[in-house]
Amino acid sequence: MSPRTLAAIEAAALPILAVAAALLAFGLFAAWGGYPPLEVWRLLFVGAFGDAFSWQNSLQRAAPLMLTALCVAIPAQAGLMVIGGEGALVVGALATAAMPYLLAVPAGIAGTGLLLVAAILGGAAFGALIGAMRQWRGVNETISGLLLAYLVINLFKHVVEGPMRDPASLNKPSTRPLEESLLIGTLPGMDVHWGLVWGVIACAAASLWLLLTTHGFATRVVGGNPRAAGLVGLPAHRLVITACALGGAAAGLAGGFEVAAVHTAANASVISGLGYAGILVSFVARHQPLAIIPVAIVLGGFGAAGSLLQRRLGMPDASVQVLLGFAFVLILAAEVGRGRLRWPGSRSRSAA
Amino acid sequence: MDPRVNAMRLETVGLTKRFGDFVALDQVSITVQPGTVHALLGENGAGKSTLVKCLSGYHSADGGSMILDQREQVLASPTDARRLSIGMVYQHFTVVPGMTVAENLLLATGDITSIVRWSKVRAELTEFMASTPFQLDLDARPADLSAGQKQKLEILKQMRLRPRLLILDEPTSVLTPQEADEVLGALRQRAHAGECSIILITHKFREVMAYADEVSVLRRGRHIASASVAVVTQPMLAQQMVGESETAALPIARGVTSATTPRLAITDLHAQGDRGTPALQGLTLEVCAGEIVGVAGVSGNGQRELMQALTGQRRVLAGRIEVSGAPFSASREENRRLGVRSLPEEPLLNACVPDMTVAENLSLRTFDQAPSSQRGWLRAGAVRALAGDAIAAFGIRTRGPEEAIRQLSGGNIQRVVLARELSGTAQLLLVSNPTFGLDFSATRDIHRRLLEARNGGCAVLLISEDLDELMLLADRIAVISAGRIVLDCPAAQADRQALGAAMGGSTPEPQPAPARPGVTGCADNEALA
Repeated sequence: MSPRTLAAIEAAALPILAVAAALLAFGLFAAWGGYPPLEVWRLLFVGAFGDAFSWQNSLQRAAPLMLTALCVAIPAQAGLMVIGGEGALVVGALATAAMPYLLAVPAGIAGTGLLLVAAILGGAAFGALIGAMRQWRGVNETISGLLLAYLVINLFKHVVEGPMRDPASLNKPSTRPLEESLLIGTLPGMDVHWGLVWGVIACAAASLWLLLTTHGFATRVVGGNPRAAGLVGLPAHRLVITACALGGAAAGLAGGFEVAAVHTAANASVISGLGYAGILVSFVARHQPLAIIPVAIVLGGFGAAGSLLQRRLGMPDASVQVLLGFAFVLILAAEVGRGRLRWPGSRSRSAA
Repeated sequence: MDPRVNAMRLETVGLTKRFGDFVALDQVSITVQPGTVHALLGENGAGKSTLVKCLSGYHSADGGSMILDQREQVLASPTDARRLSIGMVYQHFTVVPGMTVAENLLLATGDITSIVRWSKVRAELTEFMASTPFQLDLDARPADLSAGQKQKLEILKQMRLRPRLLILDEPTSVLTPQEADEVLGALRQRAHAGECSIILITHKFREVMAYADEVSVLRRGRHIASASVAVVTQPMLAQQMVGESETAALPIARGVTSATTPRLAITDLHAQGDRGTPALQGLTLEVCAGEIVGVAGVSGNGQRELMQALTGQRRVLAGRIEVSGAPFSASREENRRLGVRSLPEEPLLNACVPDMTVAENLSLRTFDQAPSSQRGWLRAGAVRALAGDAIAAFGIRTRGPEEAIRQLSGGNIQRVVLARELSGTAQLLLVSNPTFGLDFSATRDIHRRLLEARNGGCAVLLISEDLDELMLLADRIAVISAGRIVLDCPAAQADRQALGAAMGGSTPEPQPAPARPGVTGCADNEALA
């Protein structure tokens, strides 16, 4: 086998092993709590992919994860660890809900498009800010992304509960619901909204961009070794900030869909940790945009199975969060094993 | 009384070590006489490191035996080696950066009491240091020490254990010639006094000839020859190392060039080091087309920052960099238009993307141009084809263009960078320690390429800590000290002593051909070869 094939097998094997180990650990965890592990494992898969209904539920959850995962994966390709995707999503949601307050949005598909463009631009601005602070002022992007996310979440709450609050929303402060004609419907014959299609398109486009265009290649060079990029004169600042903006745009779009396709208005339900879940998806997919699609479906499926575990076994709905937590720890641990998997008959690399 | 009471006699008999189906050591039998300095010569991958790792217990041999003082011993771990008083000094520093010299020395002994009585320890250490040829400030931290002093600290750490056999793996690779002379001279003295035997791994013939008593040559895991240094010559050793009849002379003739057009002009350059301290302080230097200007200096006097400033990896605070008369800021467009290429030191760290393939790394200069791309889309086939050509033309040993570059050996990584940077027409080549840690044939290959570029009219700025390399290749030598050029003279008139003095920071004597800032010595270079 060529070295490239071996590397590819290893790249795929490590995350799969990590998720398998997480399932094992989750089984032990369930057994410790007095639940039968075999039944837990079975229900996880039945709840995720057992029938058409659970498939739709899984895909519904996967759609925003694809977009928020891109907010981690694209900057990661440029060498940055941005975990503020939740912030970009919230900015996107707020931008979408705010548009009708700011201008007369035309009805129909043009208006919907306008809302989503606002979401994309809002998310992109958020991402670009993180990138710019890092490149020009040396601010660590991981910390600043997280803190900026808290900042915009609170800003979001303030605006939703204050200036933009719909007086009719009594128990749950919300903005005014979007007009019926602006809402995004479901895919034909399914209960899944159009965000899934856009998530897949975004992942595929990001993959094409990274692997097949000169701009994407230059971005990966900057991410792989900024010194080498400087040596060959690549404009590192511009490439990094662009990558952050693209990632932010994807998460912003996810926020747009949350408002225009799911909640019909901006309220606290938008802030449900989708941005943080995207971090796990991107890590399991090793920051490869194309791999994000299946990973988001699998992890979205596990999330969807939570309610089945609750109904059948009486496990708390949130217990799947434990599974996702195990998966995250183990995927980080698996990074250590990178390049160290031994294949039968392969030559040792430690020859002097 | 036998003066050689402490030094060890070592003999290996048919020592063999395999890694998978690769034979790293093949039936190696050498003898180190007590109280001598025994040099191990060989190219990268010749098996030197594997041999000494077997001797120091890091590898266990697959065959053969080791006889220490007439008794066969099996070393299963480094602890065994330590028990038998075998000490090892590594090529890379292993001092603890945040700890003082005293703390580092105490740590090295391994048996530390729960409560350290510093007054007693310091008295012991002072006494110990007085008994050695090396004197260091006990309170200094490694950050305050020069490379030479750090190497002395490494050796002191081992001496404290009173080794009977001391193994040094390229101990001088980061030292100035003066420091190397001092360290090796002192070690030889101790060996001859019978305190220990020494195995010295090195790439440098000069050190073998000057400081070793005997020399063994390894090639591809095999023991080629052992001889007393008194009866060998450099060409003999070189031939044994590479198995060809090549010598350490210029690889190709130095052609006649007319070095009168300034290609690179650096005026009053200022830049900061990593920790915000001034690293370049008014550096002025000129390089003409068709000449190699060598920059000599002790490591840490601004060489790294100069290279980074010239290649766009470090911000310039003040001063001008001009290439062919135009201001130069190392942008991609300028690099391309003015033909500026560079070979930085540690190519994997500074010039390659380790996780990318050989083909991708070869394309870093040209991926956004035809034929490698078209309207912003990469053409993988063209990139691979160009890579195939480069691999063939530069003799890069790889399993194919799709292999990740970090899998390659140091010499082959340097060849990849050479192939990339010398493709097309380079007008100005910025080079830094191009042969650091490379074996003989890779070094020769790189020297030849640099001379070819120079003969072809390229201006070459060669920053190197290897004075021999500069004396061999350069047309002019400039000495950098504390971020400025303090001496600039034609290489033919360069005198090792004067250069050394200038490198050490002392005021240089007035030179026969002085070079004031801005009036550097661009002149017709004679054919020397």
